[in-house]
Amino acid sequence: MGRVSRAAWIYIGAVVIAAASIVAPHLTNRPLSASWLTVLGVLMLLFLICDSTPTPLAARQAAWSPSSSATLAAVVLLGPIGAALVGAVSLISLRRKTLLAERVFNGGMYAVSGYAAGRAFVELGGHPGLPSTSVFPMIIVPFAAAAAAHVLVNQGLIWGVLQMTRHDSLASSRIQLESSVPLLVASDLGYAGFGLVIAALWTVMGPFAAALVLVPLFVARWAMGQFAEQQRAYAATMAALCQAVETKDFYTRGHSERVSRGSGMIARQIGMRADRTEAIMFAGMLHDVGKLGVPTKVLQKTGPLTEEEFAAIQLHPMRGLEIVREIGFLNEALAGIMHHHEKVDGTGYPMGFAGGEIPEFARVIAVADAFDSMTSTRSYREARRMSEAIEELRKGAGSQFDPFMVEAFIAALRREGWRLPERAAPPADRQTVTAQDHDDPTAPLRVIDSY
Amino acid sequence: MAIRQAEDRLPSWQAMDSGRLLLLAAVGMLVVAALARTAAVGVVDLRTAIAFGSAIAIGELLRLGLPGGREAAPISTAAALAYALLIRVAPFHHVLHVAALQVIAVTAVGMIVGALPHIAAGRPAGLTGMATRLVAVACVAFAFRPVVGADVIRMRDHWWVAFAVMAVLVAAGWLVEATIGALIRADDLHARFSVALWDEMRLQLPLGAAAGVSAIMITFAAEVMGLAELAVFMGPLLVTQVAFRRYSGIRATYLQTVRALARVTEVGGYVESGHSRRVSRLAVAVGRELGLAETDLLDLEYAALMHDIGQLSLPDPIPGGATVLVSIQDQRRIAELGAEVISKAGVLDRVAELVRCQSWPYRGHDPEPPVGSRIIRAANAFDDLVGASTDRDRSAAALERLRLDTAVEYDPGVIEALSEVAGKRLASRLE
Repeated sequence: MGRVSRAAWIYIGAVVIAAASIVAPHLTNRPLSASWLTVLGVLMLLFLICDSTPTPLAARQAAWSPSSSATLAAVVLLGPIGAALVGAVSLISLRRKTLLAERVFNGGMYAVSGYAAGRAFVELGGHPGLPSTSVFPMIIVPFAAAAAAHVLVNQGLIWGVLQMTRHDSLASSRIQLESSVPLLVASDLGYAGFGLVIAALWTVMGPFAAALVLVPLFVARWAMGQFAEQQRAYAATMAALCQAVETKDFYTRGHSERVSRGSGMIARQIGMRADRTEAIMFAGMLHDVGKLGVPTKVLQKTGPLTEEEFAAIQLHPMRGLEIVREIGFLNEALAGIMHHHEKVDGTGYPMGFAGGEIPEFARVIAVADAFDSMTSTRSYREARRMSEAIEELRKGAGSQFDPFMVEAFIAALRREGWRLPERAAPPADRQTVTAQDHDDPTAPLRVIDSY
Repeated sequence: MAIRQAEDRLPSWQAMDSGRLLLLAAVGMLVVAALARTAAVGVVDLRTAIAFGSAIAIGELLRLGLPGGREAAPISTAAALAYALLIRVAPFHHVLHVAALQVIAVTAVGMIVGALPHIAAGRPAGLTGMATRLVAVACVAFAFRPVVGADVIRMRDHWWVAFAVMAVLVAAGWLVEATIGALIRADDLHARFSVALWDEMRLQLPLGAAAGVSAIMITFAAEVMGLAELAVFMGPLLVTQVAFRRYSGIRATYLQTVRALARVTEVGGYVESGHSRRVSRLAVAVGRELGLAETDLLDLEYAALMHDIGQLSLPDPIPGGATVLVSIQDQRRIAELGAEVISKAGVLDRVAELVRCQSWPYRGHDPEPPVGSRIIRAANAFDDLVGASTDRDRSAAALERLRLDTAVEYDPGVIEALSEVAGKRLASRLE
């Protein structure tokens, strides 16, 4: 959550007060039986175990825990108040590095959503307590309503706090968080089923039911954790390999990573789906991989290029395609890599596509690519200022770039900002210095006139 | 991966090895007997049979690919095991006397129905996997069905006795499944059985535990919830399944990406075309011959694919490319630069280490290079000398040359394994 603004604190306070005002009156006006308290204690423990060991999802801020099973078991066995109390345990979660605001908010949020689930259960005719054989299968209806209410209130409150923290957290990370919401909702609903199972098994084996359920829960947690770990490893490996490709050319170091970032910014700005955004970021990362097939001496040449040398440069998107073709998930990204040097007026390469013929991914990458080239230092010029580069993009809109993407990029730049590459001094050995940049729209490659 | 490739190449039953054929024949006979017997005496409690059969079919439909080309159907396994362990189904209070053969018949029919869409979509039927799972279910059913009426099992107040018996049986069934899987895998990949079994158990443990415990939970929950519970259980099992699917999906993409990006050295003209892939295939085969575990083989594969990546840091390709022929200093430098590139990822430190040590001679270097590096060194040299050629003499000459260098350069054990692998390859090409 980062630092917490005053508005966020007010919101959190409201949630906590709501939770307290729901629970407090019931605690005072009803004597609680010992068996009720035992069930409460066991389910609180189950909740605590689940809540303290969440699985980090790919977006680092989000984490998932199967704790909703415990809350929903409480709905069936104890009713609304029990469910609220179980949820409130999140306050003392053993998660490391949790801000106080986060704890307080989680406690209040889970209490309120537990209570809402309990109410939904009771309203639809569910009777809290040990379920007997006769209530099945009809109990599934109120139980499903309880699960739905739990997810709904839970996600609604989280959405609210995200709106409040809109200004203190990075916009991009928030969007990443939002993109994982469908997954979170689906897993919450899926694991809700275990709540009813715990309640049913309780009639046979008592508290042991809660322990038994931990095994499948932790297996799922393990798999989700493995997935997130692999995903991170994958991104890191890809970045390292792209860096390796760039070492050959001193001035373009970091270019892939920045183009990847820029492409992602445009994609989010125009509202691309999360999985396509991820794919376009990989495509941006890999867009120049084919440059490796261009002989170094061509890249380092200072004068105009011969037709042959120019052809070698024009071929690099195809070479890139050749390398990444076998990566399964990148279907749309392949088109982006192959066509990132097409121009909307049809004068680009390798195919000379125009306008809408150019794949969307390629139109996005082209803008980010040119922008980073212009704002980086080259051997033949200093880095341009961002305002100049934006001016150049606008000038090229309609001839070289898709105007829609240019405007989206400029809007995204205003919103998220841009980290310029470090100004590095050129290396002493000239081996890794290229003389020309094929990406630079302000300094097009010169080709020797063959006439 | 390797198993799938083998299946792609050899679709007909004639091409199956004897172990697989034996398994399928035995299971086939068992299924025929079970079906015949069930048809003769009639199905006991048709409602339950249909409910569990449907759950098994759905589970089989939602089969799951696991790392290493393995396959699992946790929902199907959980439902089948639960059917084998079923004591009572609410709202009735009587013990369910379902014969073991009926359990097998229902499971088999469910599995076949679930496999039909796979066949219709042109995917492999996965007979071996189904047969293996069926054997495990059969073991549990044969052990548990006869004792289900015993007082210690059926009495509710001793639920923990039944629970303990079930837990032991499920664990035993899982072990049987892992053993059969390992036998088949060892046969397919020319791996050692002990290594294959260990890999199999390690990889199947999480899903096996989830399916087994779910089966026991389904059994007990059925006493209270009746058949509605199968629908309730689908939710959590599906989420678990999705999590696993995503995990093995990203692992496969990861490997594909490393494979693809390792080719940048070829496109850049730094090495001969196909070199990285040939070296990695050879290195993995040698590693398997030497009994490396699957995690080590994966590291080895990555390292072998990327063993030349350090050349990217050189301004221009070394003429000829083949690193066995360049000077020791250059080899060292390439290895160091490559390791540096790989360790930048931050998650592949063991791979980086293998790449770093690939230029070390076997003897006279302190510390001794790790076995993975020794394998890459030998496989790389072999491929530099032989290339894509399948000529027997050329391969023999290359091996002879490497053998002469075992005094210092190469690990004799690795070279022996290499010649073993190369021999098998030539033999399989001649067939």
